[in-house]
Amino acid sequence: MDEQKLRLVYRVKPMDLASAGSVSSQIKVELQRSGIEDDVVRRVGIICFEAEMNMILYSVGGKLKVEVNSDKVEIFAEDEGPGIEDLNAAMEPGFSTAPPWAQDYGFGAGMGFPNMKLNSDVLEVDSKPGTGTKIRSVVYRRNTDETC
Amino acid sequence: MKIREIVEKIDGKLITGEEKLDEDVARGFAADLLSDVLALTEESTCLITGITGPQAVRVAEVLNIPLIIIARGKQPSKALVEAAKVASIPVILTDKTVFETCGILYSNGMKPCKIKIFQSVSDESDSFKD
Amino acid sequence: MKLAEIIGTLNLRIFTPGIVGFEDVEIKGGYVSDLLSDVIASLAKGDIWITIQKHFNIVAVAKLKDAGAILITKGFEPDKNTIDKANEEGVILLGTELGTFEITGKLYNLLKYGESK
Repeated sequence: MDEQKLRLVYRVKPMDLASAGSVSSQIKVELQRSGIEDDVVRRVGIICFEAEMNMILYSVGGKLKVEVNSDKVEIFAEDEGPGIEDLNAAMEPGFSTAPPWAQDYGFGAGMGFPNMKLNSDVLEVDSKPGTGTKIRSVVYRRNTDETC
Repeated sequence: MKIREIVEKIDGKLITGEEKLDEDVARGFAADLLSDVLALTEESTCLITGITGPQAVRVAEVLNIPLIIIARGKQPSKALVEAAKVASIPVILTDKTVFETCGILYSNGMKPCKIKIFQSVSDESDSFKD
Repeated sequence: MKLAEIIGTLNLRIFTPGIVGFEDVEIKGGYVSDLLSDVIASLAKGDIWITIQKHFNIVAVAKLKDAGAILITKGFEPDKNTIDKANEEGVILLGTELGTFEITGKLYNLLKYGESK
């Protein structure tokens, strides 16, 4: 199959907790349809799901972009604020600032960034309070080492 | 374990995915929080949960979870049932608690999923790029 | 069953060894949930509460419901504040590297829970 660059862009709306994962499951379907390797689809799906959940609960909204190249899939999650106050804490497994009511929607395990990191070959997070959060994640397609 | 046996053992009611009653489910995993589910490492693992919204189905789609068991007598939302039908994912409802459901299925030979233990960030060198 | 036997058999970690008499606490059942509101609604007195939650608030919830102990799964460790609070309130905090499904299965069998129902 000729490698053709695939580019997906979705808008993620804030505070719509029940819709968590709807963008990510669409991304999964699109990647599967494009013949991307199952393992890569799974990892990208998990990273997108976490990024999507973060944007829904903690941001004023943003965009989730996925770019497929012959050697890698890149995920860009960019929101318009308010940014993460303590990024070190956010990276810590089990740390969460989700309010208790959000648990009923499945939020608040404190494993969002740890899961993204686990499934990414490269993970870059840039966030400052007052601005917004930018996440870039890369999953290589030739990598046969399973993370699990 | 076949889905048919699971339904029987936990006095459950299958509400979607009747066509998959004879499929095998190897492992079990219990969680109420989505990120915990997203840390799941192996396929053919069923989800035992109290989540009643459509997010449970979306997480199942992304991870190829073959069966969702909603315990504690919780009723799923319409959106969950619709999403499960579309995705063709079997959903079982049971009045048993998650504790009992895990206990019964484990006692009947269902295996656990391997667990990823997360290390604290302070124990690692390559935490993240700022 | 005495908590000491459960801890020994299931090889559980004890985060609050200073609580006087924790070994002799009698455990009849368990409750699995990661949702604090659900635990507040449904946990029975004396149950071991099994969860991945390690948040500070679990101590107050366990105290409110007279949980026998809290068992934190998947190798998660509560922070010092949470442990201090648990010691202060007499809430026993335990840990395991196993996942919720597996440790629950083992505890269920140990308590012969199915047979007693």
